[in-house]
Amino acid sequence: MKYLFYPGCSMNTSALEYKRSTLAVFETLGAELEEISDWTCCGASAASVASDLLGHVLPARNLALAEQTGEEPTVVAGCSACYTNFRRTQEAASEDRELLELINRALEVEDLTYRGTAQVRHLMDVLANDFSPEEIRAHVKRPLEGLTVAPYYGCQTVRPFSPYDDDQAPTSMLPVLEALGVTIQRHNREASCCGTSLLMTKQEAGVHMVAEVLDACEGADCMATVCPMCQLNMEGYQDKVSKMLGRRVNLPILFLPQLMALAFGLPDDVTMFERHMVPFKPVLSRL
Amino acid sequence: MAVPDVIDLTAPGRDPTFLERLGKDGRMLHRCIQCGTCTASCPASDAMDISPRQMWRMVQLGLVDEVLHSKTMWLCSLCYECQVRCPRGIPLTETITHLKQTAMKEGAVSSRQSEAFYKAFADVMRRYGRNREMEFMVRYFLQGNPLTAFKFVRMGAMMMMRGKVHPELPVDHEGRSLEKLFERVAELEAEA
Repeated sequence: MKYLFYPGCSMNTSALEYKRSTLAVFETLGAELEEISDWTCCGASAASVASDLLGHVLPARNLALAEQTGEEPTVVAGCSACYTNFRRTQEAASEDRELLELINRALEVEDLTYRGTAQVRHLMDVLANDFSPEEIRAHVKRPLEGLTVAPYYGCQTVRPFSPYDDDQAPTSMLPVLEALGVTIQRHNREASCCGTSLLMTKQEAGVHMVAEVLDACEGADCMATVCPMCQLNMEGYQDKVSKMLGRRVNLPILFLPQLMALAFGLPDDVTMFERHMVPFKPVLSRL
Repeated sequence: MAVPDVIDLTAPGRDPTFLERLGKDGRMLHRCIQCGTCTASCPASDAMDISPRQMWRMVQLGLVDEVLHSKTMWLCSLCYECQVRCPRGIPLTETITHLKQTAMKEGAVSSRQSEAFYKAFADVMRRYGRNREMEFMVRYFLQGNPLTAFKFVRMGAMMMMRGKVHPELPVDHEGRSLEKLFERVAELEAEA
């Protein structure tokens, strides 16, 4: 199987451990993940606030690059905001020919044409549906027995575009986690929002949202995420969350592919646990 | 914000056609039945001065000033919870983006930090084609209230220690400028 990979800005920098582990996990599973060359930002939440057209042109530029590589390429995004922006543009352009033309008039300056043939999928979707739990289990060298993991999807992983899962009560991560041998701790904030940029602009409201999620995960050894924004917000504000909840919260926040890489017995330079602000090593040494 | 019992829709700062200005998504607000599912679903509604349900009614009525002065739209984190649950199928989250656009265009952003956030991000995208986290943060602090930086000292230091972010020179980056594309988009929008 071959996929095109759109890492996005975060996965390429602050969430490098997510990119590294994703690439290694795909390699182990025998699937090819080829990075789109010359990719640029999807526009995040800022482009569409500047203008409707900019909010579509920036995702379309990357999809056009993907379409240069083949008829109907499948683009995999590991960041839920990138994924949502791509799907949003894909949907809008397929319903509105004038918009598609306008996008392409803009892309002329980049010598690119967006046709709308690229398929966009979230990494969560591919991991859950293109590899069976048996296939994943077959590569597990070190079953993660005794590790209690709280799954967390966040919002845009499943909303508003979730052809592969329920948009309120997702379950796609469960078979993957089960295959790794972990104990799963279900909770009632699995698809709640991490607060995204509110942590920057309206911090108190953002910390409140993070606190609700972390509070629901009490008792778990770590959390498994599939979005760099979720991961950063859940990890970076635990001192403020502890103050808000009146108890010390110290929950390592990992990316799902890091847990897969750990179970597959891949080396430390793939899992990169040393990059976490809430250290995972103490939990690991207990296993 | 207190809304008087009798609302003069012809007064300045009022525009009964307001929702027509919010694109085809906004026009669907005519369908709103004020059930309040949006407010009940919103993870940030506690922090809002007017609830999402109230805001949508104010948009329907054309209370432009009240809507633009409220912080409600700036507390939306785009989680799409209200949109997927709306029993009338209104693209509420998309409409919030249109409200933010309107506020930015009319220079009526009621949240200095939110405005600084969006502007700083757009600047970095335009310049480098990709986000550069350190430069973005610096631009954000400078455009908004620089004292905000203190809220991030501990986290920033931690991220640097763990190698998650690096100070970089402006020339040292993997991206490429999107200047031409941004200009082209602006031209096309001016035509329309």
